[in-house]
Amino acid sequence: MITAPLLEIAVLVLGMLILMIEAFAGKIDKRVLAFAAITGLAIVLLASFFLVPSSSPANVTGFWSFYAADRLAIFFKQFALLTTILVLIMMIDYAPVVSSSFVGFKEGRLPSRPEDEPRRLESRRSLVGLGEFVALPLFTCAGLMYLVSAIDFVFIFVALEVVTVSFYVLVSFTRRNPMTLEAGTKYLILSALSTAFLVYGIAWIFGSTGQTNLYRLTASLANAGADSGAALLGVVFVLVALGFKIAAVPFQIWVPDVYQGAPTPVTAYLSVGSKAAGFVVLIRVLQPFMNLPQTERLIFVIALLTLIYGNLAALPQTNLKRLLAYSSIAHAGYLLIGVLCFDVRAVIFYLVAYLLMTLLSFAVLIIVAQQTGEEISDFDGLAKRSPFLAFAMLIGMVSLAGLPFTAGFLGKFYIFYAAVLQRQIALVIVGVITVGCGFYYYLKVIRAMYWQSDSNTDPIPVNGLSRVAISALIVATICLGIYPQPILDALKH
Amino acid sequence: MVLFLIFCPIVAAAVIMLGAPARKTALAASFLTFAVALFLFASLDHGNADFQHVTSFSISPEWRLSFTTGVDGLSVIMVLLASIVTLAAVWFVGSIERYENAFYACLLFISGGAIGAFASIDLFFFYAFHELALIPTFLLIGIWGSENRVAAAWKITIYLAIGSFILLLGLILLYQSFPLPSRSFDIRVLRTAAGMGQIAPDAQRHVYLLLLIGFGILISLFPFHTWAPEAYAAAPAPAAMLHSGVLKKFGLYGLLRLAVPMLPEGAHHWANLLIVLLLGNIIYVGLVTIAQKRLDWMLGYSSVMHMGYIFLGIASFGVLGVTGAVVLMFAHGLSIALLFGIAGELRRRTGTLDFYELGGLARVMPFAGLAFGFGVFAAIGLPGFANFAGEIMIFFGAFRNGWEIGQFHIFQIATVLALWGVVLSTVYMLRAYRTTFMGSIREQWQTLADLSPALRIPVMLLVVALLCVGFLPQFFVRGVAPIFETLTSAKSDTQTCSPGTTRHLQTVGLSRENAPHGQGYSIR
Repeated sequence: MITAPLLEIAVLVLGMLILMIEAFAGKIDKRVLAFAAITGLAIVLLASFFLVPSSSPANVTGFWSFYAADRLAIFFKQFALLTTILVLIMMIDYAPVVSSSFVGFKEGRLPSRPEDEPRRLESRRSLVGLGEFVALPLFTCAGLMYLVSAIDFVFIFVALEVVTVSFYVLVSFTRRNPMTLEAGTKYLILSALSTAFLVYGIAWIFGSTGQTNLYRLTASLANAGADSGAALLGVVFVLVALGFKIAAVPFQIWVPDVYQGAPTPVTAYLSVGSKAAGFVVLIRVLQPFMNLPQTERLIFVIALLTLIYGNLAALPQTNLKRLLAYSSIAHAGYLLIGVLCFDVRAVIFYLVAYLLMTLLSFAVLIIVAQQTGEEISDFDGLAKRSPFLAFAMLIGMVSLAGLPFTAGFLGKFYIFYAAVLQRQIALVIVGVITVGCGFYYYLKVIRAMYWQSDSNTDPIPVNGLSRVAISALIVATICLGIYPQPILDALKH
Repeated sequence: MVLFLIFCPIVAAAVIMLGAPARKTALAASFLTFAVALFLFASLDHGNADFQHVTSFSISPEWRLSFTTGVDGLSVIMVLLASIVTLAAVWFVGSIERYENAFYACLLFISGGAIGAFASIDLFFFYAFHELALIPTFLLIGIWGSENRVAAAWKITIYLAIGSFILLLGLILLYQSFPLPSRSFDIRVLRTAAGMGQIAPDAQRHVYLLLLIGFGILISLFPFHTWAPEAYAAAPAPAAMLHSGVLKKFGLYGLLRLAVPMLPEGAHHWANLLIVLLLGNIIYVGLVTIAQKRLDWMLGYSSVMHMGYIFLGIASFGVLGVTGAVVLMFAHGLSIALLFGIAGELRRRTGTLDFYELGGLARVMPFAGLAFGFGVFAAIGLPGFANFAGEIMIFFGAFRNGWEIGQFHIFQIATVLALWGVVLSTVYMLRAYRTTFMGSIREQWQTLADLSPALRIPVMLLVVALLCVGFLPQFFVRGVAPIFETLTSAKSDTQTCSPGTTRHLQTVGLSRENAPHGQGYSIR
């Protein structure tokens, strides 16, 4: 009999095992560790399908008043596991860059001077530092899995810190690169600040209601005598902290720099895992407060600003990683429309679509960036160099832009459906205009790949595992765009 | 059979991308599509207003969403149009310098998307299939376009993307404006529910406006038309043929399929606005067309202008005018494809389409001159061509709407003004024909070759189709009239207060007598 907490424990144990092997096993090829981690996570993922969701706990005590294993939680545990598996696959592609940064080379460039050759070979063989690079995402994953189950503010705080602290290390992992270092520092300082806000907010909520459990909080807020003003102030602070996690305006300033500077697989992880967990917590935290008009107005303003800022700022970008950073802000805007309408299934479907298409884009980006670079102009003529990668990127971009027959379109469809149903006219109008902006900047990438030609026409090699992962992502993006029912069924109450 | 029509071009496109010989596969696929479409048209029971050859796969029972395809008298005409123009467009592709396979694949993709949209009974797929064409259009103009291709490609893509998202909002609102038990994506269910008056008049107005703007952008309704001439001028000829001939008809088809039968109150409420806009299409754009100095821009603007007539037919809201609109949609699709195809051949030979540099080409290219002449006369609306049949039905239908002996209403005024549009189109079409093919020929064009015999086949195909429908429009009227007959009579129950309703009912009654026989429809 499998119970939900076993999954997290399994992931944690797996992470520690890998750290131990890294520390004591010495001279093995470190890529084996990544394969081991992927296999382990896949087994956990399989096991998670045998879990039976428990109904929402109302009067439980002890551990179970912290931890929910409802449908939403289990679904997002699977979501986190899948994301981590895909990120680990990207990390295998990225391994040479990481190792070369450890022996003192600039990130993203393999050495060309002849005297560096022996060192390069040596770094290739041992892949220094890869063990931690594989183990840390596992800890992050465990943190994410705890986070989506958390129904108590204390537990939310602890799980969030597990995620954040492991991201501190991951973001600045290739520490010889000044860009990465800058990203790491920015992330550290701003993240710590947002944590402070979170704790302060929790303190206010606890002070005014005497509760930290979200379900009991609902009950005590419904109480007529409760002082909702102080609790609302607390919620505002909590929203600040979560706004930082999901990259909502005005807490988005860190996003472009950190996304651009961090190692690319970490960026992908940050933009999918961290954001998804942020939204799940947001949905859970807002549940008690959603029928208060003040909260609704606040979310409305945040959603509006996020949509406008994310899309407009993405327009002039020339660096693909930075473009994806702004696009991640823009997508947070669409997701916030769903949160405002409180259509949980729309939000979740959008998150799933977002996972597929974002990871797809990042997977292609990692492979191409090692050959050329991260600028959009580096993608010139990719259709000639690697039709497969170009097609994968095409599907990713088209889905991000929201064309039918891709998951991204259905995500937007459900969000807009909810918004029209709730008559959020202003958001809908702004949403349509920003979708138009989106078409411009996503199609810029397609334009580079297909219109432009490049003098360099060498084919770009893609290793087997990445090819399988990318193909699976393409198929999933298209299939979900045509047949969304499995996801909708998985979330039915 | 309908599924085959949709997926034949799409599968062919995929096969071509995987490396099959491009031109042969594309030609074979489009010929097969054409043959099957023709067979489908012949085998359809035209007296029956229901959808036929229906196949359905359930996608989401919860949303009542299913992939349902089928055709009725209206959609089969559009499918036929799409298959004919696709065949001609594929045939007109000359030698392509780079990415030849991708070029054919893009064309077939657009075609498959258009056929899919026309043959979908499900609202969701109706919308989604149309969007399939967006990226191929972007690539076609961007990679193989001429001159101002970058700006044109961006403009058309962003314009159409925003237009289709407005349309999406309209469709969502339409879906939501039905009461919960009858909410469905199936157009048949929606139509029945709307026939029972289940959409509140208020909702009808909102939905109609959204659909009008959304579809209007796709159709290039004035003032949302500026993307069209630029894109068509920059696009390679086959892309312009497909886009202006087929894809643009999607919006009109959508209005006929959704707005006309389901939203009579909305149509009534916004009739004056639509009249003003369509007169903008006919008169303003008509005058702009006269001012053009290049053949491709002139053709682009003329295609925008002709949309005005079709809108007039839709706005007339009677079976006569609406049927005329359908005939004109078909006719315009063929004639504009013919003109763009030949213009593309001229550009390939001369490298320019500037009126000042051309002239007297009929001497060296007699067949091209003749074919272009046919296209020109069809576009003007000379009797004998399908365009004439469509236009005259529209004019009669629109003139009758709200007609009272004592005075002219807005429909009569609009019809009279629209008739002047025919004069405008005569001016620019004949002027273009004269400056291009007549007069003295320049030295450097003396050695130009005429259309090759292989290229004459698609030209003949288009001309023959135009003439067939021109002489025997009842082929189409037979299938289309029953659909709208039931709809307009259903409308008279819900709407009793508008001026001229009694006259309108007479119109419906009159046409109901004539429609099944169809004789003399175009001549009366």
